[in-house]
Amino acid sequence: MNLKHALAMLGLVGLSAAAQAQDPNLARNLAATCANCHGTNGHSVGGMDSLAGEAQDKLMQKLMDFKSGDKPATIMHQIVKGYTDEQLTLITAWFAAQK
Amino acid sequence: MFTRRDFLKTAGIAAAGSTTLAGLSACATAGGKSRGHVVIVGGGYGGATAAKYLRMWSNGTVDVTLIERNPVFISCPISNLVIGGVKQMEDITVGYDNLKSKWGVRIVTDEVTAIDTDKRTVATARNGSLGYDRLVLSPGIDFIPGAVGGLDGNQERIPHAWKAGPQTVLLRKQLQDMADGGVFALHIPKVPYRCPPGPYERACVVANYLRAAKPKSKVLVLDSNEEIQSKKGLFTKAFESYKGLIEYVPNSSLQSVDAASLTAELEFDSVKADVLNVIPPMRAGDIALKAGLPLINERWVDIDWLTMEAKGVPGVHVLGDALFPAPTMPKSGHMANQHAKVAAAAILNLFDGIAPNPAPVVMNTCYSFVDDRNVIHVASVHQYDAEKKQPMPVQGAGGVSAAANEIEGKAALAWARNIWADMLA
Repeated sequence: MNLKHALAMLGLVGLSAAAQAQDPNLARNLAATCANCHGTNGHSVGGMDSLAGEAQDKLMQKLMDFKSGDKPATIMHQIVKGYTDEQLTLITAWFAAQK
Repeated sequence: MFTRRDFLKTAGIAAAGSTTLAGLSACATAGGKSRGHVVIVGGGYGGATAAKYLRMWSNGTVDVTLIERNPVFISCPISNLVIGGVKQMEDITVGYDNLKSKWGVRIVTDEVTAIDTDKRTVATARNGSLGYDRLVLSPGIDFIPGAVGGLDGNQERIPHAWKAGPQTVLLRKQLQDMADGGVFALHIPKVPYRCPPGPYERACVVANYLRAAKPKSKVLVLDSNEEIQSKKGLFTKAFESYKGLIEYVPNSSLQSVDAASLTAELEFDSVKADVLNVIPPMRAGDIALKAGLPLINERWVDIDWLTMEAKGVPGVHVLGDALFPAPTMPKSGHMANQHAKVAAAAILNLFDGIAPNPAPVVMNTCYSFVDDRNVIHVASVHQYDAEKKQPMPVQGAGGVSAAANEIEGKAALAWARNIWADMLA
């Protein structure tokens, strides 16, 4: 087996292990951590932004701007840094898919 | 004993007896196959959230019974504003009607008297015994009997107002009845206690009321701890803005009280108050002790953070203030709501025979009023650490407000409306 093959194997093993380890409802579970303020399934009852049905790229851009400090905030710039970019991608995709 | 068949009967009768309970007809228990029966004890921030999310995430395929002794939910967060005269009790009260009609949760207004974790039964005062497949305990806190000499049995004279309800009303009334020039003494127990910033917020909103209504009066903060335990810099600033109205005394360990004279006996001092508000040392709610759950320091329940099950007691999931907290994790309503979602997800996985989510995340946001409209926050995010087997705060994330501000005053009230809806609507 050459190095290329070995790396490919490792990659595959790594991928399948990650896929096995990931919860089938990970995106839903992560998004639920936002619901306290932004409403169940992203449907705010007022005073906070609704996230349900918003375009993913728009949500992601906002979060990244909070993370970088480009978008000023009272609290979101602190909260968003607690999540990895992968988690934020899952969360925004999940909210975008909500009606 | 209340069995699953009884549950179906009750749910069926309720559905047949009402034309307005549209939500119930959608619930699978009316005709489909249930994956199991979850009994939830305690309908606060943890228990109510667990009830709704179990029904919502299971599409009604899990039967849920919520046992709560109070007929309505009364929120601890925002209750300091009732004491300060900014809000009314009705502003912090929400019914359980939607959990019942919209989500198909069976609500039992009753007191749990015993739990048998071997037989998987819950005994109630008036509704007999209920069987469960999985139990969720969200019992909040109870005060440690005998911890402060002379205090037990005198909570009408010396209110704690650390559980929202009649105690909130009582403390508000005592504050209103206090003459100008009076001393409102507030005692804070050693950490950990429910709602770390809560006592300091209370001192501020009481002082805010006194400044307008009785400016010769004083709030005397007797803190068992050596310093302010949450948002220290911001509360220090707030206290300074109430110069002459708030006196903060750290290291004030309370030995005993005299209910007749409203005297607090501290380690090195004795203080006479006109209103004496003692937040007593606390531990997990009594029912957690009665159920024989494993405790740390004889006070807080030891759990497995992936499923929220009590250690060594499979099938019993514990939430909220009753837990021995993970590092820097506060005892807050917000956090109890987050615990509930981790538990609900784990329970549904376990019913399906799959492993719980190996990477749960919880986060906290806590707003405190420093007067009737300006607010400060503390926030944190906690990611599960597989090596430490508990959630750990993400370094570099979270933090506090730059300064007290009115924008967050509005956010705090919006937070309350949204989290109450997340639990109960």
